[in-house]
Amino acid sequence: MANDMQHYVDELHRSRVWRSIFRSGEGDSNLHRAQAVQNNVFLHLFAVKSRRRMLEFNATWYLGTLTLGTFFVLVVTGILLMLYYHPSVPQAYADMKDLQFAVSSGVFLRNLHRWSAHAMVFLVFAHMFKVFYRGAYRTPREFNWVIGVVLLLLTLLLSYTGYLLPWDQLSYWAVTVGSNIASAVPVMGSKIRFLMLGGNSVNANALLRFYVLHCMILPLTAILLMAIHFWRIRKDGGLYAPEKPASQEEK
Amino acid sequence: MPDEKKTPEQNAEEVSRRQFCVKVGMTSIAVAAAGTGVFAYQFLSPNVLYEPSPTVNVGKPDRYPPDSVTLDPETAIYVVRDAGGYFALSAICTHLGCLTAFKPELGIIACPCHGSKFNRDGVKIAGPAPKPLPWLRMWLNDDGELMVDRSTSVATKQLVRV
Repeated sequence: MANDMQHYVDELHRSRVWRSIFRSGEGDSNLHRAQAVQNNVFLHLFAVKSRRRMLEFNATWYLGTLTLGTFFVLVVTGILLMLYYHPSVPQAYADMKDLQFAVSSGVFLRNLHRWSAHAMVFLVFAHMFKVFYRGAYRTPREFNWVIGVVLLLLTLLLSYTGYLLPWDQLSYWAVTVGSNIASAVPVMGSKIRFLMLGGNSVNANALLRFYVLHCMILPLTAILLMAIHFWRIRKDGGLYAPEKPASQEEK
Repeated sequence: MPDEKKTPEQNAEEVSRRQFCVKVGMTSIAVAAAGTGVFAYQFLSPNVLYEPSPTVNVGKPDRYPPDSVTLDPETAIYVVRDAGGYFALSAICTHLGCLTAFKPELGIIACPCHGSKFNRDGVKIAGPAPKPLPWLRMWLNDDGELMVDRSTSVATKQLVRV
């Protein structure tokens, strides 16, 4: 029975359809493992080889991976929330309340989105502290640090734009205060505020602009920069491993 | 200096066809980029705003009891009735734009966001607000109702007498 199953699995792996999708074929040599990474559009962003000690919890505390995980949770829950949310002044608040009280699992998805957003901000900061204190930002990884700083800003902007969408008192006044802070920029401050809000006050245009920024522009920009962020780790020789003193064995 | 005096032919020899085309190409890309910038700026600035009119009718003067401060939260205006007459005060905090509230028991205007305090003339008493609350232009219309223009501030101590 088990042999039969193995036979069918082997047959499947040899089939033309399977080989057209997964080209590297069988075998557990280093070459095959490398090909499995290189022939996969998602995996090829990552390094082909990792040092074993870099995969241990202590090396990175998995902070970058966990940040990516919260981002995935946010994308999935966010897309589901979009199915019930209208970004318009008469409906936004009521839709948010519907998600809490009328939609099946709505409150679960909304809270998951909210907690993941908080967790992502926390993890981004923790990741940056870890990278900083381990010295993983140093040559040749300076530019990846810069990309990371832009990703931090995008994370904060995603939080900020998402904050307006429930359209309650808290979000309304938070964005009023925030947009007035933007208008403190010298010379063009009030122009920046006008473009950001699409008007002179936090109103229907501002809600729509923040919605488009929150659901389209900022996530797409973040995904693009994340792809570069991961790809550069590969190009800089995998996760940063500090040189150990010569007396210690390389694990 | 051999470069200084050259015939046009000599100048033409120095720029090859390839360099010329590169220059034309780069210039057109720069022009297109600038045009895209202008296009984006214009597109993102709304030409028509469906915002409430800055001019507000706040009703007959006798709505307001003597020596009172009345907030209309919808329009963010205080109508203040003094012994000398009426004036309108913006209720929007000059710090970061929150809606302030009048505290009758203390006789002051206070902002809930960051704790700025103003007296009933709009003068700052405490808090982070950098400026006093502006006095807004106020006048009586032909029907004897008070009108306020929220977009125009006036010098303080200009009371409307009825």
